[in-house]
Amino acid sequence: MTGAFLAILRRDLRLAFAQGGSVGLVIGFFVIAATLFPLAAGPERQELARVAPAVIWIGALLATLLSLDRLFQADLEDGSLDLLMVGGQPGSVVVFAKCMAHWLSTGLPLVVASPLLGILLGLEPASIVMLAKTLALGTPTLSLIGAVGAGLTVGVRRAGILIAVLVLPLYVPVLIFGAGAVNLAGLGLATGPSLALLGAILLVSLPVGTLGAAAALRLAVL
Amino acid sequence: MLTRLANPTRFVRLADRLLPWLIGAMAIAFVVGLVWGLGFAPPDYQQGDTVRIMYVHVPAAWLAMFGYSFMAVASFVALVWKHPLADVAAKAAAPIGAGFCLVALVTGSLWGAPMWGTWWVWDARLTSMLVLFFLYVGYIALWSAIDEPERAAKAAAILALVGAVNVPIVKFSVDWWSTLHQPSSIMRMDGPSVDPTILWPLLINALAFQLYFVVVLLWRMKAELITRRVRALTLGLAAREA
Amino acid sequence: MDKIADFLAMGGYAAFVWPSFALTFLVVIVLGVTSRRALKQAQARLDLLEQSRPARRPRAGQGRAA
Repeated sequence: MTGAFLAILRRDLRLAFAQGGSVGLVIGFFVIAATLFPLAAGPERQELARVAPAVIWIGALLATLLSLDRLFQADLEDGSLDLLMVGGQPGSVVVFAKCMAHWLSTGLPLVVASPLLGILLGLEPASIVMLAKTLALGTPTLSLIGAVGAGLTVGVRRAGILIAVLVLPLYVPVLIFGAGAVNLAGLGLATGPSLALLGAILLVSLPVGTLGAAAALRLAVL
Repeated sequence: MLTRLANPTRFVRLADRLLPWLIGAMAIAFVVGLVWGLGFAPPDYQQGDTVRIMYVHVPAAWLAMFGYSFMAVASFVALVWKHPLADVAAKAAAPIGAGFCLVALVTGSLWGAPMWGTWWVWDARLTSMLVLFFLYVGYIALWSAIDEPERAAKAAAILALVGAVNVPIVKFSVDWWSTLHQPSSIMRMDGPSVDPTILWPLLINALAFQLYFVVVLLWRMKAELITRRVRALTLGLAAREA
Repeated sequence: MDKIADFLAMGGYAAFVWPSFALTFLVVIVLGVTSRRALKQAQARLDLLEQSRPARRPRAGQGRAA
């Protein structure tokens, strides 16, 4: 089982970081979207710093959403999805491998890019640290829950917009706690509970995301 | 009992026998509830006559939450026990729940506006209700987006269950969010309603809404079952002609 | 006349109370009517189909739209 897991992980990572891969696009979108805000809202530092957590977090959400419809679609198109789901390993392991590859190629770069954006939008160092922490805890959840949306709509027309409709309400708690914790850090208040809850949500989304997406993919393949 | 109802024809016959009674009871409950709530119930000493909005707002909110729970349970039954009518029930319930959710949101704003001085407040209840509405919309969209009926039914069931996990999380997270950030003026809906002169019309309206839910659910389920039969017959005819 | 005017005014909150009830009944009625109409149309289509096929065995009691 670990053999298959690593094989899928390696393959997806290679595809994502390759020439036509999505990593650069996702980061590019994240940075551009976030830097549009100072242009629209005016350069007033106080104002920017107040909305920065929300802006960066929403940018992360949208950047993740953008990359979701390719999560399973490419495999469906070239027939490898059928092989993956029908092969020996459990569907949830396949999904977990693909989610991990997705996070390593989307979420993790977002975490790495976030301090830069934090500085651009005038966040305090304490807030920037909290921003990175919340994104590190939150983006895996985004990949896992997003996988359910991607799995349900694989092969369906207009899947991209449909994934957004399905998955954004499910992202709400992550957004609330994630952006909320960064705001709290800026005010000097306790962030422990928020981080703990983000962790708990991640733990819940591990079985829900992998099992749900696997069940959804079986519908598309059989 | 559920297994006896698995046969669509038997289900439709049972529905036909129940419907006249349900419709009658619903009509009576609506009339009594409306007249009592609008006419005879006392105005609130603080909120005046706006408290009458409660008689539609609260039952709508209750039914919005009941609707999603019903959908989630039906989806579970459909996926795990593969009951043939369960996915029909879930599909039929969704627009009704969504409609009530919308009513709850708008009437809530109309009730709150003169009291809070604003049309919207991001407190626990309102945010959870809004997210619930989006969950309904997504569910209905998924049914329409997938062409193959079998896949659509199972996909929608998976979505309903994942959403059901999300609902308490949203409620929980927004509670924390509110108390950590803004001590917002949370509308105390169970404040004045302990008094029986207000409780009774509220319960009667709630009963009317609940009966309406069942009536429209049965109509929609019948329509869906008949449509499936039409589709099966059409396919059978086409196959024979080929 | 006064009583009716008072009733309609809803203590000054008419602009909030009446739209609330109106929206509620709009949703209730529209949802009910469209659901019922869908049922009638489906039933009509079924009747049409059943008439055109050769009757193979006596039909069990078909559900009629209540």
